[in-house]
This record gives sequence, C-alpha cells and structure tokens, in this order.
Amino acid sequence: MRPVLLSGHERALTQVKYNREGDLLFSTAKDQHICAWFAHNGERLGTYQGHQGAIWTVDVDPTSTIIASGSADNTIRLWEVKTGKLLKTWDFPTAVKRVEFNEDGTKLLGVTEKRMGHLGTIVVLDIKVDPEAEQSDEKALTIVCEESKATVAGWSYLSKYIIAGHEDGSVSQYDGKTGDLIYNVNVHELGSPITDLQWNQDRTYFITASKDKTAKLITAKELEVLKTYVADTPLNSAAITPKKEYVILGGGQAAMDVTTTSARQGKFEARFYHKIFEEEIGRVRGHFGPLNTVAADPTGKGYASGGEDGYVRVHQFDKGYFDFNYEVERERLNRLAAQGGN
Amino acid sequence: MAPSYETLRDENLDEEDFDYDEVDVSDLKEKYEVQLEQGYDTFVVIDGLPEVTEEQKPKLVKFLLKKLNTVGKTSEDAIFMPFGDHGKSLRFAFVEYSSPAEAAAAVRQLDYSPLDKKHTLRVNKMTDIDRYGREGRIDEEYTPPHIEPFQEKEHLRSFMADPTGRGRDQFVMYRGDTVGVFWNNEKDQPENIVDRPHWTETFVQWSPLGTYLTSVHQQGVQLWGGASWTRMRRFAHPFVNLVAFSPNENYLVTWSNRPISIPDEGHPQLSIDDDGKNYVIWDIETNKPIRSFAQQDTPAAGPDGEVKKPAKFPWPAFKWSADDKYVARLNQGTSISVYELPNMNLLDKTTIKLDGVVDFDWAPATVKRDGVKEYEQLFCFWTPEIGSNPARVGLMSIPSKQVVRSLNLFSVSDAKLHWQSEGAYLCVKVDRHSKSKKSQATTLEIFRVKEKGVPVEVVDTIKDTVINFAWEPKGDRFVTITTTEPVGATAVPPKTSVAFFCPEKAKGNAVGNFKHLRTLEKKNSNAIYWSPKGRFVVVATVHNTQSSDLDFYDLDFEGEKPESDKDLTANLQLMNTADHYGVTDVEWDPSGRYVATWASAWKHAMENGYHIYDFRGEQLREEPIEKFKQWAWRPRPPTLLSKEEQKQIRKNLREFSRVFEQEDAERISSADVAVVQERRRLLEDWYNWREVVEEEIAEERAELGLPADPIEELLKAKAAEVAPNGEEQVIEEIMEEVLEETEEIVN
Repeated sequence: MRPVLLSGHERALTQVKYNREGDLLFSTAKDQHICAWFAHNGERLGTYQGHQGAIWTVDVDPTSTIIASGSADNTIRLWEVKTGKLLKTWDFPTAVKRVEFNEDGTKLLGVTEKRMGHLGTIVVLDIKVDPEAEQSDEKALTIVCEESKATVAGWSYLSKYIIAGHEDGSVSQYDGKTGDLIYNVNVHELGSPITDLQWNQDRTYFITASKDKTAKLITAKELEVLKTYVADTPLNSAAITPKKEYVILGGGQAAMDVTTTSARQGKFEARFYHKIFEEEIGRVRGHFGPLNTVAADPTGKGYASGGEDGYVRVHQFDKGYFDFNYEVERERLNRLAAQGGN
Repeated sequence: MAPSYETLRDENLDEEDFDYDEVDVSDLKEKYEVQLEQGYDTFVVIDGLPEVTEEQKPKLVKFLLKKLNTVGKTSEDAIFMPFGDHGKSLRFAFVEYSSPAEAAAAVRQLDYSPLDKKHTLRVNKMTDIDRYGREGRIDEEYTPPHIEPFQEKEHLRSFMADPTGRGRDQFVMYRGDTVGVFWNNEKDQPENIVDRPHWTETFVQWSPLGTYLTSVHQQGVQLWGGASWTRMRRFAHPFVNLVAFSPNENYLVTWSNRPISIPDEGHPQLSIDDDGKNYVIWDIETNKPIRSFAQQDTPAAGPDGEVKKPAKFPWPAFKWSADDKYVARLNQGTSISVYELPNMNLLDKTTIKLDGVVDFDWAPATVKRDGVKEYEQLFCFWTPEIGSNPARVGLMSIPSKQVVRSLNLFSVSDAKLHWQSEGAYLCVKVDRHSKSKKSQATTLEIFRVKEKGVPVEVVDTIKDTVINFAWEPKGDRFVTITTTEPVGATAVPPKTSVAFFCPEKAKGNAVGNFKHLRTLEKKNSNAIYWSPKGRFVVVATVHNTQSSDLDFYDLDFEGEKPESDKDLTANLQLMNTADHYGVTDVEWDPSGRYVATWASAWKHAMENGYHIYDFRGEQLREEPIEKFKQWAWRPRPPTLLSKEEQKQIRKNLREFSRVFEQEDAERISSADVAVVQERRRLLEDWYNWREVVEEEIAEERAELGLPADPIEELLKAKAAEVAPNGEEQVIEEIMEEVLEETEEIVN
C-alpha cells in the first residue's frame, strides 16, 4: 500500500471524511482551515477559510453539495463544496465538537462542549441542501446532556435515533424527532471517554472507539454490543470498512503522555481487525504521532488517517487486501457462488 | 456560633462536678501497668537437680557450674540451693548470671540439657516463673490439653500431577494487584488454577522444591500450598523485606531492615529476646522461630586502610549447606560463623577466624571428594592481600574446619566464587591489577573438587573485564561475558563479547583441560541463562533500552562439527535469535523445555508483559499485560527415578516421543477444528443477523413510503440539475500503469 501523504495542515488533524463517492476527502485540523482533497492523487481541491479557532469536525452531505463544520470558535458553518463560499453561520455558547448530516442531508446535528456554566448539548438544525437557499436560524431540537457530556453523536438509519457517545464511556439513544432519551448503556469502561462513533453504510450499527483501549460494534436499535476489539493503546478513532468485513482502529499514546518514547512505543499505527472474528489481521505504520482520526473510503477502495503529527495519509488498498479471506469465509463465498451458478 | 475557648471553660466543662472515683479503670490499669524493672532478669531457676544432702552439695554445685559457665558467667556464690526440713535439697536452685543476656542464653541453651543419665535440667527465667507460676495463675486442677483430632492434609506435591497428563509446569504471575498460578499451555492461553487479588503486598516467591508459594506482607510472611491453596504457615516478622529458604525447605530466614520491636502486650510468635533483631531463622515444620540476629555493622575501614563503601546489605546473609545441616554467616573481614541445625548453636561454640575474609559460598551439593570417607560439607572463601601476605582462596571442610585446599594469589583486586551446580568445580574469577594498578586482567582459577588433591587449573588470561560467568548446570562447560570498558554509568552500555569454554576430550571418564571454544564479539549481551538440564543456553541483553536480543545456543549440536573443535567436548550452534523489547528477566522452566521472558513494571513501564519461547528459541506466545510485575516457574523436586531408569528412558526416547508427538498432533488438530467451527458459527450468526436487520429496515422504509435507497434519489435529482439533458459526462479518468517493478534485497 503506497500512501499519499497530504501535508496541507500545520497542526494536529481532528477529523477526515470521505464524500459518498470516495473521490473527495475533507480534513480538519487545529489550524483553522478545512481542506478538500482529491482522494486518488492527493491534489488539493481547495480550502474553506473563515473559522477563528481550531476546527474539530466536518461532514459532507450525501450529494457532495455542501459541507458543515464545527469549531472551537463556537460556530457551526455551512459551506458550498464547489466554491468554498460560506453559506451560513450558527453561533453557540461553547465549542462544537462534532457535526453529522442525516442520511438524506436534511438534518444536521451538532455536539456542543460543556464549559463556562453551559451543559453539553446536542442540537439539530434543519438544512436545505441548496447553496442558494436561505437556511433557518432556528434549532429544530436541543438535547441537554445532564449526566455526562456527549463527545460524539450520529444519526441512525431513517434518522430514527440520535446516538451519542459520552465522556463517561456510555452510549445513549435519543428519539430522532423528539430528542427524548430512550436508553443509556454503559459499554466502555466507566470514565473512559468515547472518542469516535462511525456508522456502517446503512446506519444500522456503529463502531465506538474509547480511551479504554477497546472499540465496540453496537446495534443502533437495541444498543447491543455485537463485537469488541481489544487494542493495546488508547483509541481515538474507529471506522468500518465497506466491501470487506474489517474495522480500522487508530490511536496511540496520548501526545502528553509520550515523553521519551520512540515511535515504536507510541503505537502510532492503524490497526485492522476482522469485524466478525474480532482478531487483529494487520497494522499500517507511518504516522509519528497518535492517530486522531481514521476514515474508510465508502467505495471500499482505501482509507485515510489523520495524525497528531499534522499529516493525512491516504492509502489505496492493494490486491492482497481484497484477496485475503479466512478459510471459513472462502468456504461461504464458494458456497454462494455455487448456489448462484445453479 | 461554635464555642470559643473562653466560653468552653465556663460552660462546657464542669470539672468540679465530675467524680473521678466513680470511673472503673481497673481493666485499663491491668492492661497498661508498667512492668517495673525488678532486677531479677539475671536470675534463672534450675529444676530437675538430684536430691542432695548438705555434704554432697558442694560437689553438685561444682559439677553444675561447669555446665552453667558454658553460656555465661556465674560463680558458686551466685547459686542458691534451698533445703527442706528433712535436711535434703529441694531439687532446684536459683542461679544469678552476670547479665540478663547470659540468663537468656542459659534458658535457650541449657533447658532440657542432660546433667547425667538420670537427670535432665529444666531452666527457666526467674521472671517467667513469677509471671506464669504465681499463685492463682495456675489452675489447681489438671485439665488435659485439648488435642485437635487428626485431619488429613492435602498432598503438598499434587502439583506434580498435571490433570491432562502432559507433564506441564506451573508458574505464578503477579500483575497489577493480582497473583495467579497457571499451567503453561505453550501457545494457548495459560490455564488458570487460582487467582487472588492482593495475595501479596510486595512480591511472591516459590520455595526451592516448589512446595510452597510465599506471600510477603507488612505483618510477615505466609506460605501457601496444596491443591486448594490454603495457608500452610505464617511467620509473623513485622515489616519483613526479604525471605530465603534453606535448600530442602526445612528452614526459613526472614529479614527486615527495621529492627523488630516487640510491643508491650507481646507478639504471637516472637519473644522479647528477638527485640532489636533484623533476621529471624524459622523452623518451617513447627512454625516457630529458632533464633534471631541483629544486623551487622559493616566495617568502617578496609584491609589496607581505605574506607570501603558499606555494602548495601549482603543477601542472602545466611547461607545454607546443601543438606540444611549448617547455616553460615560472614562477619565481614574477620570470620565466618557456622551454626548447626536444628539448635542454631555455633559449631564448636566459636566462629572460624579468617582474617580479612570477603566472601564465602557453600558447595551447592554434598560433594564426595576422592579418597575422603567422612561426612563433610564444603565451603570456599577468599581473603584479600593483607600487608605482605598474599590473597588466598580456600576450601574448608565442615565440621572438621580443615582447609582442604588453598591457593595463594597476588595482585588481586577482586574475586568472585562460582560453584558448579553439583559442586564438582569451583571457578574463582580473579581480577588482577598490574603493579601500577592501571591495567586490569582476569584469570579463571578452576578447582576440580572431586579429583584427588583438588587440582587447580588456570584457564585463561582475559584482558577485558568479565561481567558475567555461568557454569552449565550438571555439566562442565561455561560461558563468560566480557567488556573492554568498565561498566559504569554510561548512557550507552559498551559492547560485550560472549565466550564459550569447554573441556578437551580425554581418555576414559576423566575431564580434560578447559579450553576456549569460541568468542562472539560486538554483542550487547549481559546475561547468561543456562537450561537447568544443561546443553542449551540463552545469552540475553536485559535492562537495556537500545537492544533486547535473546540468543539461543546449543552446545551439543548434532550437525557437522568444525575441524578446529574436534578435540573439544562441545559443538556450538546458534539456533535462533529472538527479540523481546524491554526484557528485564529471563527464566527457564524446571524441565528445560520452555523459556519465559518478561518486561516487569518494577523496572520500567514500557510494554510490560511476557513471552514464552521453546528451548530452540521459537516464540510460542506473547501477551502484553499492564502492570505486569513478576513471573516465576514453580520449581520441581528432584526426580525419584534412579540413574538406571533415567538411562532407560533416554535409550527409548524415540518410543516415548512418538507417543507424545501423536498426542500433541491430536490435541492441536482438535483445537484447530474447534477454532474453525467457532468461526463458522460467528460468520453464520453475523450474516443471519444482517439479513434480518436489512429486511426489517426495508419494510420500515416501505411503510413510511420512502425510497429503498434514499441517496440514489437525491443523486438523480442532482445529476438532473448538473446535466439537464441526462447525459453523463466523464471529466477525468484515472489510469495507473506499472511501468517497472524491481525488488532489491537490502541486508
């Protein structure tokens, strides 16, 4: 796997995100601008300028028309992908740590930080996926996290639920329309914050990464933990790969804990686990700081990782990746092929 | 408002109203009453004397004095023998010693000692008689002591019987706050036998034959064992730091750097005599202390006047002879004290004076010297140069205290004593300095203890500093590690050389001269770990941040032997090199089949955990464990098979190994089948679940009247917007072509 190294940021990466076709890659970092890249060759399409603080999060609508971003300057901003034009700014009392569009791009959720007397909240905004349209100022919904603040959140299938991961290691399920709390389940070690939450393609299950060195695969409907992936280092991010049944975990010794350790001990590697067997199958080295974010290409052809070292590494999977199968998987594929033939 | 000091006095304390007499403090008085110095500490009471008349008395006193003076000073005047009305003695006497310590010694050493054939002395402290024998303290009626009904104990060696019949070894792991004992399962997860949080406070230790697991606590030491891991013994040595067993598990030495302080209300196991002592020697069988010792002061000045830095603390301070009969302690620079067990009395009541003695060590096995018929235990010692006298290495036989061999050496700056495991050889590593004291060289002086007259052979002159030396257990080969620079506090440890030595081939059963076999230069290695069965050795780099190699060598390689080595009794082969980052410790299992290596959190916090290798250096397992502290294989007692039986097994090894290999193959294949089946099940479950979920969602979508794929609709709409006439435009097409591919192998 020959990676493409994107060195457009000057500070630590916070999130990388592919668009639906996997040809564009958006990245945010603590250096106040969002970059858009061509995923196949690493050429920069452009930047989105305007934020006045570290940018924590970015998401793109399913048609790659607009992107939303959340920043430490207490705003969520909406941009036109094509032109880089700022379409709308919503102000909040605290920093925005996570934004995500629902499956048809008509709603946007934002996770706000708990700070200065303000509790952490999850807000929902109605969006018109049209650069020309006037966006509403009103919040459609505000969920206040009284117990433990939400660190990450996302929309389930049919925008039915909002799922949030909390600082105390628990996961909550809220009604997507009313914002009522339905469940709160402790899935990760108590007190280990959940650092990432990413969906599978149809948004029926998701993966959480946590500082407790595990990632978990959880159903959206029942919040049932299906699988647990155990790593040897605190995790910052986890992604589910389409096409192949794998998950990618990224993490590493937190920057502040790394003192005299070399890259070897920092464990700055992307780890691939088999999604169903929960076994580690490989690692990809390269970063010289912890991995803050990983994203899988929705077309299943590659993945990207962003590190504390300020680089994004975009990898295209090679043949070995697609050919690799466990014996029992091959067995099943052969069986299916035989059935298809009949 | 809270009451201030002024108001408190007036309102809250009505002292006058309080009647102190009403309070009953008698229980407290009894508990805390100060034991006044009564001056009777030097007195002992001797019972069991013969009945004598006034005329016979002087004779008895004289006879008695001989005995009494062996432990202290007393005189005729200090013996008072009461007489009854019938003119005969009452068969007991009061004796005054010159000091309380002597009185205590008399109680310890003379109690139960025979006066003649008919009479046995009973010696007690006067204060004890008063304390325990005073009127009212003793019940007038005899109540027979309650004897607990016999309860069968668990078999202490049940651990030798592996329930799977595979002869696996056990080990203990201490990680986090939890101690667990496991069966070694090679590649697979070790099988847990017992796991207890907070089982120990500092570390765990096996007894030398594997019978007991020792846990160390602030209150003392506990021994655990048997199939159910119950507590077998408890030795209450407060603030104990270290523990050592005698080789046959009969005795235990505990040490604390804090002197024992016996509280006023007494101590469950120790007595007031042990107050201020640091070492306690215990009898494991009876669970009782035998004797305690205070820490020795290290001498302020060395032999040639220079002030030596005080040794941290010598451990083990008490060294045991191979058969538990003797224990000896070095009195730095003056003498060696040898104590006889089970009484812990000084052998012949004197220490062995050895001027300047620096170190000594017992032979690790009972050695049968050629031509010597009497029972003996050997220890070796060395004394440095004092004035014009040369340095000396000696071999002393106990109990005769004869120096059976000694060797004079000159220009010695240091010496280290290394016994071979069977006591057949003793290697003295002598560091010599030149006259100017500028250059150093090392010689190895090997005593062939079992041969007639104990011949000494000088092996080699080594220019470099020898930092490590190890004999092959039960064998006659050894490995040294040398370095050109002295090991100091340098950031990067200097390169080392590993050298192998073995005897030449000789006729018959004799062992030829020791010869240099091979030296491997430019290594980082600093530690040598021989297999307990000999032949295989691991040379490792431990406690090193840069390098962590483990080299596995075979000294009896069955392949081709180089021409140059044809007269030597070894064929060296490097079998494998492994790397365990941050390794701090290495230990062979007692059967010599596996090697455990671990990175302990006691030493550093990086990648703590363990690896298991087989004897060839093939890694079987690795497990990173947070806060991993300690690993210890459970030792095994010596085999019960006779020499002939062992020979028989070696002869039929092929037969046995065929059976074992078959068993292994079956087990592995059945395990593999289980894994595959489990995976098949997981895969099945997953796809079944997906099918159900996908169906459910499709239904839900249909109900809501939403399109099956919501995004496709959106994209269609967008496509229509971008290209209204419905034509698809290809903007850019990416082709990747491999022009040339070369592979380069870089060494």
